[in-house]
Amino acid sequence: MTEDTKTFEPTIIGFTCNWCSYRAADMAGTARMKYAPNVRLIRLMCSGRLDPTFVLKAFASGADAVLISGCHPGDCHYIEQNYKALRRYHLLKRVLGQLGVEPGRLKLLWASAAEGAIFAAEINKFVEEVRALGPLNYNKYPLAVQAHGMVGTEVPA
Amino acid sequence: MEKKEKIGVYVCHCGTNIAGVVNVGEVSNWAAENLKDQGVVVSRDYKFMCSSLGQELIQKDIKEQGLTRVVVAACSPHLHEATFRNACKGADLNPYLCELVSIREQASWIHTDKVAATEKSKALISGGVARVVHNEPLEPLHVPIHPATLVVGGGIAGIQAALEIADAGFHVYLVEREPSVGGHMAQFDKTFPTLDCSACILTPRMVQVGSHPNITLLTYSEVEKVDGYVGNFVVSIRKRARSVDEASCTGCGICWEKCPKKVVDDVFEAGMGNRKAVYVPFPQAVPKYPVIDRENCTFYIKGTCKACEKFCPTNSIKFDQEDEIINVEVGNVILATGYDAFDARRITQYGYGRLANVFTSLEFERLSNAAGPTSGNIVLRDGKTAPKVVGIVHCVGSRDKNYNEYCSAICCMQSLKFAHLVHERTGAEIYNFYIDIRTPAKGYEEFYHRLLDEGTHFVRGKVAEISDAVRLPGEEGKLIIQVEDTLTGNQLRVPVDMAILSVGLEPRRDAKNVAKQFGISCSSDGWLIERHPKLDPVATVTEGIYIAGCVQGPKDIPASVAQGAAAAARVLGKIQQKEIALEPIRASIREEQCSGCRICNNVCPFNAILFHEDKMVSEVNPALCQGCGTCVAACPAGAISGTGFSNQQILSQIEGLMLLNIKTQIDTVPA
Repeated sequence: MTEDTKTFEPTIIGFTCNWCSYRAADMAGTARMKYAPNVRLIRLMCSGRLDPTFVLKAFASGADAVLISGCHPGDCHYIEQNYKALRRYHLLKRVLGQLGVEPGRLKLLWASAAEGAIFAAEINKFVEEVRALGPLNYNKYPLAVQAHGMVGTEVPA
Repeated sequence: MEKKEKIGVYVCHCGTNIAGVVNVGEVSNWAAENLKDQGVVVSRDYKFMCSSLGQELIQKDIKEQGLTRVVVAACSPHLHEATFRNACKGADLNPYLCELVSIREQASWIHTDKVAATEKSKALISGGVARVVHNEPLEPLHVPIHPATLVVGGGIAGIQAALEIADAGFHVYLVEREPSVGGHMAQFDKTFPTLDCSACILTPRMVQVGSHPNITLLTYSEVEKVDGYVGNFVVSIRKRARSVDEASCTGCGICWEKCPKKVVDDVFEAGMGNRKAVYVPFPQAVPKYPVIDRENCTFYIKGTCKACEKFCPTNSIKFDQEDEIINVEVGNVILATGYDAFDARRITQYGYGRLANVFTSLEFERLSNAAGPTSGNIVLRDGKTAPKVVGIVHCVGSRDKNYNEYCSAICCMQSLKFAHLVHERTGAEIYNFYIDIRTPAKGYEEFYHRLLDEGTHFVRGKVAEISDAVRLPGEEGKLIIQVEDTLTGNQLRVPVDMAILSVGLEPRRDAKNVAKQFGISCSSDGWLIERHPKLDPVATVTEGIYIAGCVQGPKDIPASVAQGAAAAARVLGKIQQKEIALEPIRASIREEQCSGCRICNNVCPFNAILFHEDKMVSEVNPALCQGCGTCVAACPAGAISGTGFSNQQILSQIEGLMLLNIKTQIDTVPA
């Protein structure tokens, strides 16, 4: 980790569903759990509402990373729409790689309304991961990896 | 933008809840100066925005300054969105033109760094302002409320709820999994602290439920499927085959008298007694019709016997009866599915299941019950010896990080009740092993003192082990309870004849499935989550679904009854409204942009999207649409718009949120 990445504070846009993950965030708040101030949440009714362009728009607007959060598989308030979010997440991982954005800048987090502590801990973890990646910089991400844009590709430090 | 919106920003202090961490004055001033170009014409901060004075402040500005949009930066929208929307409505501004930004749960309560929390609050407000510009005035959808109610669970909470609603003149479907209503309370002999006979106070209610003209009682039944939404649920109920014709059965009892097959009753008798393969769980069961337990009935196993059929005077035995699926329409649902007792076998060092004279609380309830297997004689497992020394172990499976961290709330009083019954009926010496004595309700502490006066020993300490390994003289043939008396610091070995484990309450093993079925959530412990732990204890986050009794958390009979009545009151309130306003968050398809690809048809889980073959376009049925927005995101042509969460609203919010960069915390760049 360079000096730069140690002091770098990433800005992260987070999308939550109304029923589970936003309530997990509420619960973390009500329980006064402390976590990193880097994430700014947008509440959707369902993670299935997440249009992939929202994620691209967030990166285009300067976000260093994007968090997608919804109910656990099987617990969706709208039966199964979080599975649609899951598919879009995998698709986005590939597309981001091809666009020159490290796939590690996109995170999917399932959180139930009772999992405030998990929500807070995962955000802290994600902030550290993004801090290690440094500010969003298309040119830094090697073309060879971009071309494949594979899910889970190791990102060079 | 042709028309410039006039936006008011209101930053709440929430006492010191927000103002203690976020510099609210700075945030308010920042919004006034830096969000001018977005349309902010007024920005204020106030101690309690949700107070009537705070709301009047907003209303005054709407009227005097002609605000067309309002952004309130305060707590979570789940708490006060409705409050501020109503305030706007009161000032003739469409409530959906008000946007709530959470800077309490999303900033002050989760951050310690005051600068970061203040900067984040600014960013969140900027996002809210950018979004609210694109909010559209919406009108709620009004749908009629079906006046019938579904109550799931026929324990005391469900019975209370059903009777309250039925007495008020509305129909109730009461669904119970077991062959009879009554729940756990029917198994008890006495209830604390008054020592009323449990059956004497419960059975009249059970009879009322069984005969009430407004109650359809469906026992031996389970909910299979739930469709619809508040006011208009369609519920499929599987009425399992009793193998008995309810229309002709008189409940005379000849069938179970003649049935040759004895079965250990693990449910009602907690394994302490037997029943027949054709049975009613207990004599006062409601309804009175028996059930043939097909897993144990000789006819279903071997194909012969039919003793019950032979002797039945009304020809009511129907071996070929099949499960029935009953569909009912209801407007509201009350879940009162209760609890399971903690399985004492999990704590191996207490020896339950291995040492004969270790009993669980439920077993002791049956043992002490006058209608139980021993007719209320408190005896050891051999069925005849009265115990001379009895040890009662509190907090078994509760207040223990290895099992359940929570306090089960009823075990102290239950243990005291047991101690009293043992004292009264056997005169035995009694030891209570407790961590803390918790008696916080009317008459409970007094009952504890009564027990102290009766000479019951109280030892403060968590029992380490119950064993039959003799080490000292006098321990032969006894159970030895090993415990540290934490008040004196002494290690004790207490020889007893009978040990009673006061087991805690756990969520029903299928509570998670029930929650999923009805679209609500469980806490990490597995209890169903109420809408608000203090102010809305029987509602859930899903409109029209209410919870009562132990399904919400461990509680005693008075509290369960209170919750049953409370849930009924909430449902009656809804029924009286006759119709309900639904959030107008719905998808709609712009016909001219629809290519007829039908992708949206398949992503909708509610079948709310119809395809018009003639026009080759899809259309959303607003009554079925639940507003999840998946189709909006899936439409490749961008032909679907979602009210309340439109693309424009969200894309603008993203831009707004990114207006302030956390990295520099300076040099904000208004667009």
